[in-house]
Amino acid sequence: MNKWNRFKAVPIPKQPPQVRIYNFNEVALGYSEEQALMEAERCLQCANPQCVLGCPVEIDIPTFIRLIKEGKFREAIVKIKEKNNLPAICGRVCPQEDQCQKYCVLSKRGDPVQIGRLERFLADWEREHNVEIPEKKPSTGKCVAVVGSGPAGLTVAGDLAKLGHEVVIFEALHEPGGVLMYGIPEFRLPKSIVQAEIEYIKRLGVTIKTNILVGRLYTVQELLSDEGFDAVFIGTGAGPPIFMGIPGENLCGIYSANEFLIRVNLMRSYLFPRWDTPIKVGDRVAVIGAGNVAMDASRCALRLGAKEVHIVYRRSRTEMPARKEEIENAEEEGIIFDFLTLPVAYHGDESGWVKKMECIRMQLTEPDETGRRRPVPIEGSNFMMDIDTVIVAIGRRPNPLIQQTTPGLRVAEDGTIIVDENMQTSIKGVYAGGDIVTGEATVISAMGAGKKAAKSIHKYLMGNK
Amino acid sequence: MYRIVESREIAPAVKLIRILAPEIARKAQPGQFVILRVDAMGERIPLTLADWNITEGTITLVFLEVGVSTRKLGELKEGDAILDLLGPLGNPTDVRNYGTVCIVGGGVGIAAAYPIARALKRARNKVISIIGARTAKLLIFEEEMRRCSDEVHISTDDGTKGYKGFVSDVLRKLLQEGYGFDMVYAVGPAVMMRAVAEVTRPYNIKTIASLNPIMVDGMGMCGACRVTVGGKTMFACVNGPEFDAHKVDFTELIRRQMAFIQEERMALELWEANKRGDE
Ligand SMILES: Cc1cc2nc3c(=O)[nH]c(=O)nc-3n(C[C@H](O)[C@H](O)[C@H](O)COP(=O)(O)OP(=O)(O)OC[C@H]3O[C@@H](n4cnc5c(N)ncnc54)[C@H](O)[C@@H]3O)c2cc1C
Ligand SMILES: Cc1cc2nc3c(=O)[nH]c(=O)nc-3n(C[C@H](O)[C@H](O)[C@H](O)COP(=O)(O)OP(=O)(O)OC[C@H]3O[C@@H](n4cnc5c(N)ncnc54)[C@H](O)[C@@H]3O)c2cc1C
Ligand code: SF4
Ligand code: SF4
Ligand code: FES
Repeated sequence: MNKWNRFKAVPIPKQPPQVRIYNFNEVALGYSEEQALMEAERCLQCANPQCVLGCPVEIDIPTFIRLIKEGKFREAIVKIKEKNNLPAICGRVCPQEDQCQKYCVLSKRGDPVQIGRLERFLADWEREHNVEIPEKKPSTGKCVAVVGSGPAGLTVAGDLAKLGHEVVIFEALHEPGGVLMYGIPEFRLPKSIVQAEIEYIKRLGVTIKTNILVGRLYTVQELLSDEGFDAVFIGTGAGPPIFMGIPGENLCGIYSANEFLIRVNLMRSYLFPRWDTPIKVGDRVAVIGAGNVAMDASRCALRLGAKEVHIVYRRSRTEMPARKEEIENAEEEGIIFDFLTLPVAYHGDESGWVKKMECIRMQLTEPDETGRRRPVPIEGSNFMMDIDTVIVAIGRRPNPLIQQTTPGLRVAEDGTIIVDENMQTSIKGVYAGGDIVTGEATVISAMGAGKKAAKSIHKYLMGNK
Repeated sequence: MYRIVESREIAPAVKLIRILAPEIARKAQPGQFVILRVDAMGERIPLTLADWNITEGTITLVFLEVGVSTRKLGELKEGDAILDLLGPLGNPTDVRNYGTVCIVGGGVGIAAAYPIARALKRARNKVISIIGARTAKLLIFEEEMRRCSDEVHISTDDGTKGYKGFVSDVLRKLLQEGYGFDMVYAVGPAVMMRAVAEVTRPYNIKTIASLNPIMVDGMGMCGACRVTVGGKTMFACVNGPEFDAHKVDFTELIRRQMAFIQEERMALELWEANKRGDE
């Protein structure tokens, strides 16, 4: 073990790259108790902690870290759960480097305190040592319907149940969890952990009904008028994948990242044929885009046996929107990055399978007024890449069904639902939050929205008693 | 869990099942489908609603056993249950009074055509149905179609019943004989729907096809079901499944349906081998 140094983070043990590319097990293995204590020791217990300002749900970070130092793991996790119902998830997938850890005073001199890893440590410790269910307020007799079981929906449901309301979550897919279940791969967020966190929400008294597509089976209006709910929360997230609209994009072998990841994660096609849903990955794979979704897709493709996986991105390294940690993981695993490259067409064989990807080289303009450098094509620089599989990961639109089937619901031009400062939509008693309101964002911001909506819904329900 | 209240073979390798799903039955409309999963490791497969009964709270599905999922489903008996059932999905058929409509159903597609023919009949259309199968034994839902059609024409590829040839040949014959159709509705294998579209194109008759690409979520999130219609990419599960047949790129649809053919074959062989081993 390396020497303790206030300015150096305790490294997290990981599966070595040459091993992990052959399995779907978690990459980062988590701190041991000893490592957690060492890392907690680095925290200065600031009187005016900046880290808390960076956390969208305002976890009392110094206090939970102090409790770790004192070996009071149970108290520490209870402290976190006052604000965050899903710590095992946030500790793993929060972009901590842009949030809590970015503001930690230590980051001025060295590594910030690894708040996310400590949060994860506690959540994992608790799962192994029996999860305690907090006391619930007496029943209020009010019923809330939550549409969508992603982080926004789970959070709003958990908080409202604790306050004594009856809560039913309606989820269209066969497993609850939203992106946590169908999008983020096993090796970054094990499904058993998501399931355990969902189990906790259920134990708070929340009912989850899967296989129900709201907008088709019931409309939002019907939930209020016929099904007896007093309020509705819409947390339907992002869905429809964006394609580039270039020639050949519907050839076989071209997936949206959503399709690819749903097959791999939700349908476990990496276990095909033991599980029934197939997936096909050739030797040479191109992933278009450079966000978290692209990193996840590229690393899945590698684990499914691809020999060469390229991230094809029209800007340069510095503009990549993915988390730094995930870019590093991808690089360690041997993903190849093709920067300043834009696909313009796909060419297939006689049976309709993609074989070649035609690209054009890009260059970045001088920064404009906003400081952004735009990528522009270099005339005549077209070239061909041999390719068997393409995964398009350039973004997703908000799920549109509720907007289309709820008259009177105000919707922005980009399809997101408009809410006021209390997360209420243009319809009384109907609230919304998460990606369906903000467009694609983060797990923790969706949870933050869920927290806020729970407070407003509680106020609304108790006010009109 | 969704309980099966009836299961029977209506033709070789063609099964009809009724499932208890009162809420779906209450909301179902012609042209819609469901997505189901037989068991915990199962695939999500789309099947069209062949019928529904609000008082009994059941839906009826008719399917051809082609691969692992449909074989597993076909093995279930009355009293068994399936794990997941989502629906109703897709846009309902635009049912109105067109005048005279021709419903063309091929293979198991006839069962999918039935609620549409029935609804169009109720909307006071004159309904001329053309139904066909490879061979007489495989012809299903003839009685049902007769009940809601003014005329029923039958074809089989081998001539064991009715006209020898394809349903599209019958359609061509009728048009040549002077039948006037205000709308033609086609449901069945993609090659059949393509043939129907080609027959009606020169006559400029509005022709609707119910497309059946590979689907995963069935709610617009994955894009597996994308089809090209009039040069534009559409997601069949949410923008369809019905489209203007004259604008559909059927060649692309057929290719995309075959995308996993090797994997599917391998899985079926394995499943059959396992089954033999178990017994
Ligand atoms: C591959 C991938 C990787 C990501 N990685 C990260 C990361 O590392 N860190 C991070 O912070 N964020 C990450 N994100 C973003 C993050 O997952 C999302 O911002 C977050 O999940 C949004 O939460 P949500 O509750 O708003 O919606 P979602 O998680 O999208 O959940 C919405 C749920 O609603 C259901 N639904 C939709 N319509 C209906 C309907 N009509 N009726 C019933 N149910 C419906 C959907 O099936 C879904 O389950 C990632 C996203 C993806 C796709
Ligand atoms: C909207 C819609 C409605 C349909 N209605 C009916 C119906 O009423 N009766 C019926 O018999 N069939 C219907 N189908 C086709 C049916 O879904 C497939 O036959 C079934 O999924 C095959 O699964 P399998 O595992 O048994 O076969 P597999 O061996 O997996 O596949 C055999 C073939 O079925 C198709 N297929 C495979 N997986 C899927 C999938 N997930 N989604 C769609 N097609 C797939 C492919 O073309 C494949 O080559 C419908 C399809 C769609 C899209
Ligand atoms: S929830 Fe996320 S942002 Fe907040 S403390 Fe935990 S890791 Fe940091
Ligand atoms: S800012 Fe850093 S050192 Fe200060 S309390 Fe927060 S985590 Fe500890
Ligand atoms: S099946 Fe996924 S978008 Fe249609």
